[in-house]
Amino acid sequence: MDDATVQLILDNLWPMLKATVTMTIPLTIISFSIGLVIALLVALARISSIRPLSVIARFYVSIIRGTPLLVQLFIVFYALPQFGVVLDPFPAAVIAFSLNVGGYAAEVIRSAILSIPKGQWEAAQTIGMGYTTTLQRIVLPQAARVAVPPLSNTLISLVKDTSLASTILVTELLRVAQLAAAPTFDFFALYSVAALYYWVICIFLSAIQGRLEARLDRYVAT
Amino acid sequence: MTDTSPLLQVSGVEKSFGDHHVLRDISFDVGAGTVTVIIGPSGSGKTTVLRTLNALDRADRGTISIGDVSVDFGADVDRSTLTRFRGQSGMVFQAHNLFPHKTVIQNVTEGPIVVQKRPKDEARADAKRLLTQVGLAEKADQYPYQLSGGQQQRVGIARALALKPKLMLFDEPTSALDPELVGEVLRVIRDLATEGWTMVIVTHEIRFAQQVADQVLFVDNGVVLERGTPKDVLANPTGPRLRQFLHRILDPL
Repeated sequence: MDDATVQLILDNLWPMLKATVTMTIPLTIISFSIGLVIALLVALARISSIRPLSVIARFYVSIIRGTPLLVQLFIVFYALPQFGVVLDPFPAAVIAFSLNVGGYAAEVIRSAILSIPKGQWEAAQTIGMGYTTTLQRIVLPQAARVAVPPLSNTLISLVKDTSLASTILVTELLRVAQLAAAPTFDFFALYSVAALYYWVICIFLSAIQGRLEARLDRYVAT
Repeated sequence: MTDTSPLLQVSGVEKSFGDHHVLRDISFDVGAGTVTVIIGPSGSGKTTVLRTLNALDRADRGTISIGDVSVDFGADVDRSTLTRFRGQSGMVFQAHNLFPHKTVIQNVTEGPIVVQKRPKDEARADAKRLLTQVGLAEKADQYPYQLSGGQQQRVGIARALALKPKLMLFDEPTSALDPELVGEVLRVIRDLATEGWTMVIVTHEIRFAQQVADQVLFVDNGVVLERGTPKDVLANPTGPRLRQFLHRILDPL
């Protein structure tokens, strides 16, 4: 590595970290949180005995999983303005990522809820609990144990997928690396740093996943 | 015991699952403070009878009254009536169905605190007393997986008792247990009978029925085929179906 490359990396370590902390991470956290709420509602709709609800939910999941995330981003940011809906890059990215997480996580949550034995619902009913209370206090806490590993996968994918937001002008980590590297053509150095940053975030998330799993396993025979 | 007024009255209950007509016409009374044991071959509908008493399975037709709550299942039943109806009875399951993510005492206090909105201290004190009664006071802070099958079932009984129901329902409470654990559960149930709890118990434990029951129902093919005191039904069975059934249970070979 020559001195110019070293200098280029050093000059951009901080701006790239800043982009990570102010854009990539918030984009991930906000989108994942909203996505989980969507996912829970879609999962419940999908399980529901009310037919139109489950049909709509199934349709939603099918569209989200059946189309590329990049296309979803482009539709929200570049296509919606045609209908008068003009969004800034960041909110557009949040919307697209949330909807995307919602579709994938819905299936995870649905199968986790279905994995809880029917006897748990019945026991809750015999002590007088209604649907919402049973879900909240009995079923979801147990379903969480089942759902954490696959949801962690979704979250880790999302961290890396936020790099796609660079294509709709969100100045997140990859976009900053791109802009800094462009004048010098030294893409290797800065893209490597970007890759390293993503990796570190994911290592951190994996560690949290491990602790969460251990915590949720405390009531299970090992 | 015959002078007590009926706490539970079941009249003309029918239930189908799809094409399968499980309960054809079930009627019987249970006096306050008495124990009724339901016996019958597998597939006879005896468990379904018990489940309709708590509306875990909703009867298609017929009337069930527990205390001052009477429900005609042939008509539309509104939610609040159904909730009140369910609150009249407590259920103990064959597979205990304890909440695995809650400790023993949390299992017992969950209903009183969350559903009945009773003060936490009071509910906990009550739960401790119940756990002592079923011999598990020292297990209060353990999780269900740390208990034996018999202990789990006794927690299940304490959980149902905690809501102070008028009627206790037991669905084959010892069928899933190792033989040497059956006794500890039956003893708890027998003590409840002595205390004056009104109970309906589905079981295959014929000797237990003889000792504890005031009334025995033999259910077969969706109807109550025989009904009477243990002495009449179990000691001197008359009908061929009942005799055949008892013979198979008491002398399997």
